Amino acid sequence: MKKGKGMQFVGDSRITADKKKFIPKDYSEYPGKTEAFWPNFLLKEWLVGAVFLVGFLCLTVAHPAPLEGPADPTDAAYLPLPDWYFLFLYQLLKYEFAGGTYFVLGAMVIPGLAFGGLLLAPFLDTGANRRPTKRPITVSLMLLGVVSVIWLTWEAADHVDWEAKAEQNKPIPETAVEVDTEDPGYAVYENSCLQCHGDSLGGGAAAPSLIGIEYTVEEIKTIAVEGIDTMPAGQFQGTDEELQQLAEFIVSTNEQAAE
Amino acid sequence: MLQKIYDWIDERVDITPLWRDIADHEVPEHVNPAHHFSAFVYCFGGLTFFVTVIQVLSGMFLTMYYVPDIENAWKSVYYLQTEVAHGQIVRGMHHWGASVVIVMLFLHTLRVFFQGAYKKPRELNWMVGVLIFFVMLGLGLTGYLLPWDNKAYFATQVTLEIAEGVPFIGEATKTLLAGDPEIVGAQTLTRFFAIHVFFLPAALFGLMAAHFIMIRKQGISGPL
Repeated sequence: MKKGKGMQFVGDSRITADKKKFIPKDYSEYPGKTEAFWPNFLLKEWLVGAVFLVGFLCLTVAHPAPLEGPADPTDAAYLPLPDWYFLFLYQLLKYEFAGGTYFVLGAMVIPGLAFGGLLLAPFLDTGANRRPTKRPITVSLMLLGVVSVIWLTWEAADHVDWEAKAEQNKPIPETAVEVDTEDPGYAVYENSCLQCHGDSLGGGAAAPSLIGIEYTVEEIKTIAVEGIDTMPAGQFQGTDEELQQLAEFIVSTNEQAAE
Repeated sequence: MLQKIYDWIDERVDITPLWRDIADHEVPEHVNPAHHFSAFVYCFGGLTFFVTVIQVLSGMFLTMYYVPDIENAWKSVYYLQTEVAHGQIVRGMHHWGASVVIVMLFLHTLRVFFQGAYKKPRELNWMVGVLIFFVMLGLGLTGYLLPWDNKAYFATQVTLEIAEGVPFIGEATKTLLAGDPEIVGAQTLTRFFAIHVFFLPAALFGLMAAHFIMIRKQGISGPL
C-alpha cells in the first residue's frame, strides 16, 4: 500500500479516503482450473457441510448420549475407563515396561517423545522434499505411531463388555421417598409386591420403579390383579379391602414423592 | 440499499480489505474435489472447524441447564436428557461432536503430515495446529467429568492419579486441577467446569485465529 505524504484519510482516522476498487488477481495468474472461493466454492462447501450435518444428526438421534447413575465414590466394584481417545495412553500404563516402577517411562517419556516429535516435526524433518516416498524415516515413524495408537486402543477396548457395563449402570434418580411402613397398604405391599418392586418402591431387576407413575387408584387395582406388560396376572393375593389400601398407599407415596 | 449501508460502514471502518482476506481469493485446482475427487482429504480441516462450531453452540445451550455442583450436576443433566424439549438432541450433538471432532482433527493432521505441508514456511502453523489438538484433548478430558455420573467420576480419579504420579510437579498439578490433594469432589467439578467452559475455549479461539490468519497469509500448500 502507498504510504507517506499526500495520503488522504477519513477524519482523523487511519482509514484512507481515496477509494481504490479491489480488482481480484487475474485467473491466468493461477495454474490449472481455479475457482473463486466466494461464492462458487463456498456454496459447494456449504452443500458438503449440509450432508455432513444430516448424517451427524442421524447419529445423535439413533444413539442418545449415554448417562450412567450419579457418581458414587463408594462403588469399589466400578471398572473405571477414560473416553475412547485416551484409551491408548491408559492401556500403555498397564504394561510392565511402562507402568508400576517404570511409570515415568510410560506416562511421560514415551508419550512425551511421541507428541513432542509431532509438535516439532517441521524441525526434525527439514528436507525440501514433500512427497511421502522421498522421506521414508519421517513417514515410517508416523505410521508406527498411528498403528501403535490404534492397536493400543483396540487392546484396551476389546475385552470390555460395553453393553453389560451400560446395563449395570443405568441412570436411576435416587428417590427421596420416605415409605410409610405404618400404612396398612404397606403390609399388603410387603406380601404381594415387595419381592419384585423393592422395599422402597424403587423397582429392581425384575420390575420397574413404582415412583413417578401416573396411574389412578382404580388403574393400579386393575394392574395388581391383571398384570401389565411383563408383569403376570394374579400377583396380588388378598381381599378387595386390602387391594384398595394397597392402591391408595402407592398413590399417596407417589404424591408425596412428587412434592 | 444494502450497497449504501456497506459503503457507509466501509467509509468509517474500511472493511473492504477484511472482506478480501476472508472471502475474495482463488481456490486452486488441486484442492478442489470437483476437479480431483481425491482432494476430499482437504475437507477434514474445514469439517473440524464445522464440528467445533457445533460444539460451541450446543455447549452454550447446555450451560443454560447445567449446574456445576455435585448435588445437582447429575440431576440437571438427567433433567435435560429426559424432560427438556430437544435436550437429548443438543446433549447428543455435544457428546458425539466431541468424538467426531477428534476424528476429524486426526484425519486433518494425517493429511498435512503425509503431504509434508508443514515444511517451510508453514512450521509455525503446524505447531499451532498441534497445540489445537492438545487443547481439544483437554476439552474432552474436562468435559467428561461434568455429567458427574459414575464413568465420569472414576475416569477423572484415574486421570488425577496419573497426574499425581508425575515426579516433582505431580502433587501440585493434581491439587491445581482437583482443588484438593486428596478429595475428588465439589472443587474438582467447579474447576473442571471453569477449565472446560472458560480457559480452554479462550485458548482454542486464540489458536484458531492464529491458524486461520496464517493460512490466509501463507496460502494453501501447492500440489505434491
